[in-house]
Amino acid sequence: MSAETAAEHGAAAAHGAEAASSGGMPQLDFATFPNQIFWLVVALVVLYFILSRVALPRIGSVLAERTGTITNDIAAAETYKQQAAEAEAAYHKALDDARAAAAKVVEESRAEIQKELDVAIAKADAEIAARTAESEARIGEIRDSAAEAVSTVAKDTTKEILGVFGVKADARSVTSSVNARLKGGAA
Amino acid sequence: MAAEEHGEGLAFHPMDQFIVRPLFGEGDVGVFTITNATLWMALSVLAIALLFIVGTRGRAIVPTRVQSIAELAYGFIHKMVEDVAGKEALAFFPYIFTVFLFIVFSNFLGLLPMAFTPTSHIAVTAVLAIGVFLTVTIVGFAKNGAGFLGLFWVSSAPLALRPILALIEIISYFVRPVSHSIRLAGNMMAGHAVIKVFAAFAPLILLSTIGIAVTPLSIIAITAMYGLEILVAFIQAYVFTILTCVYLKDALHPHH
Repeated sequence: MSAETAAEHGAAAAHGAEAASSGGMPQLDFATFPNQIFWLVVALVVLYFILSRVALPRIGSVLAERTGTITNDIAAAETYKQQAAEAEAAYHKALDDARAAAAKVVEESRAEIQKELDVAIAKADAEIAARTAESEARIGEIRDSAAEAVSTVAKDTTKEILGVFGVKADARSVTSSVNARLKGGAA
Repeated sequence: MAAEEHGEGLAFHPMDQFIVRPLFGEGDVGVFTITNATLWMALSVLAIALLFIVGTRGRAIVPTRVQSIAELAYGFIHKMVEDVAGKEALAFFPYIFTVFLFIVFSNFLGLLPMAFTPTSHIAVTAVLAIGVFLTVTIVGFAKNGAGFLGLFWVSSAPLALRPILALIEIISYFVRPVSHSIRLAGNMMAGHAVIKVFAAFAPLILLSTIGIAVTPLSIIAITAMYGLEILVAFIQAYVFTILTCVYLKDALHPHH
């Protein structure tokens, strides 16, 4: 409704000088076409040169530079990450090496101590054996000398007793009888 | 009804905003006369230069706000040309970008109150569309020679149908610049004219009591139309550009 009335009144208002020349629609006023086309071409040519000579190469290079920077940064981040991983691996390796070395040192010192211990034990054993043997020898000696002393005392005593009884003691028979008695006593 | 009653008081000149008139003084519009069309085209060029030369002056790796708008526009059209018309079409990227920016800035500057919209004129859009048509046709023949005529010979259709299809294809090919230009100019003109019609109703409150109802309605309608026009201003520039890319794709790869 409103559009219709508007059109009517638009047509009615067409008695203005400019509106009359355009017949209601300025778009169809062909007298203005050369002017519009001329200035349009001027505007487009100016615009084309502004854009293609200055603006587009500039923006293109900025975008390329940005892409390059981002790519480089990502690559650098990758390198740093790898370095961090390497450092971690090196750390773990060092730790393992240190553990292994420590274990080896422990093992070695244990073996050494064991060896020393073995030597000391062997030496102690040998000494103990030697002392035992010596002691036994001395005990045997003491026993022998004691037995000898007993027999000597017995012979002397026998000789003395026989001497008291006035009997001339025969050394050989005394000795043999004492020895026999000693053996018997021992038995 | 109200308009008829009070028609004498209301001024309906919805088409006056499209009149091309000399900027200085009166008289006829000659070829080189500086007109309001000249002014608003120049303002578009100036605004584009501000955005794309002053705005990107820093060449910053981390862009400023203005620079990122310029980069966004660049990326938007660059991607469109590459996606729609292929990598070879990037040679025409500066041309397509020029057309897109001119249309989009003319459309948006034309939405300012009292502004003139160069893209609402068929003379302007026809030159743009004929430029695209000639470029596409010349590129098509230069790249493919007579093979470009394969565009009209639908080899996937039955043989008997092909001559008829060829005729239809040829007609549609030559209608392209017409629809290409009228679509843009028509959209811009219609929206501006409708806003102007609603605007003519707005002062009714000063003339009649019925204006108490009509004036708020017309102001709401102007606001709604203006929102729609902002959308249309961008969409029409987008449509013009993407059709240019589609036509260019036909020229570079004419086989269906």
